[in-house]
Amino acid sequence: MFNSSLEAGLETQFPGGCLPALDVHDGKDAVLVKAELPGMKKEDIDISLQEGVLTLSGERKGNCQTGGGGAAHCERWFGRFERSIRLPCAVDAKSVKAAYTDGVLTIELAKAETAKPKQIKIQFN
Amino acid sequence: MNTIDNTLEQAAPAQTAAVESEREYIRPAVNIYETPEGYVLEAELPGVNKEGVSVQVEGGLLSIEGRRPAPVLPETEFFYRETSPADFRRDFQLDPAIDAANISAKMEQGVLTLTMPKAEAAKARKIAVA
Repeated sequence: MFNSSLEAGLETQFPGGCLPALDVHDGKDAVLVKAELPGMKKEDIDISLQEGVLTLSGERKGNCQTGGGGAAHCERWFGRFERSIRLPCAVDAKSVKAAYTDGVLTIELAKAETAKPKQIKIQFN
Repeated sequence: MNTIDNTLEQAAPAQTAAVESEREYIRPAVNIYETPEGYVLEAELPGVNKEGVSVQVEGGLLSIEGRRPAPVLPETEFFYRETSPADFRRDFQLDPAIDAANISAKMEQGVLTLTMPKAEAAKARKIAVA
């Protein structure tokens, strides 16, 4: 878990490498990916899926300057970011849904039929 | 940066979670800017909506709290987890020049923006020489 002052340091060392914070939830019928990206506009976030790898990228617009030239204290990070994650199983690329609410990006990827858990009945002869 | 430093909490350890009466909180990342009119504070509270934010000023202390709705997904099914479901909280010692009665707040996409004007008497003024 990154604390706020550490985030700013990590961003300069690994630009876009390990931020934003991501969760991957492996549900029964879908994989859910959540990313914390407060203060962005939907159109500045890009999502792409290729061969089982989901890539989130975009640009966090903003800066740490004041108009009046006064002092500033900055902990928020801005600039380009890009993170790729290999999904835990095969997904149906045609049914991916994404939503951005309250600064959290949620991507729902329905699992491919072959990836869903199945019950196998064992026959006793 | 003296006036900005006075606006930040004093002697606070740089930790992610601060235990407050047995609850764990995350300290939200903030940006604080000083403008000729006063201060602007931006706090990142991802996952918090307008109803979950509470901003209180008492005796020169500004308290920001952001509550997130209870998590819906069972913990055991997380394949990979970097975020914490804890709520946010951070306190600030306000610059006495701030006019606390006129602080305004807005919340958009998880970012809380507080505009804190300085009291008229505290602003820099040009004094005309007769």
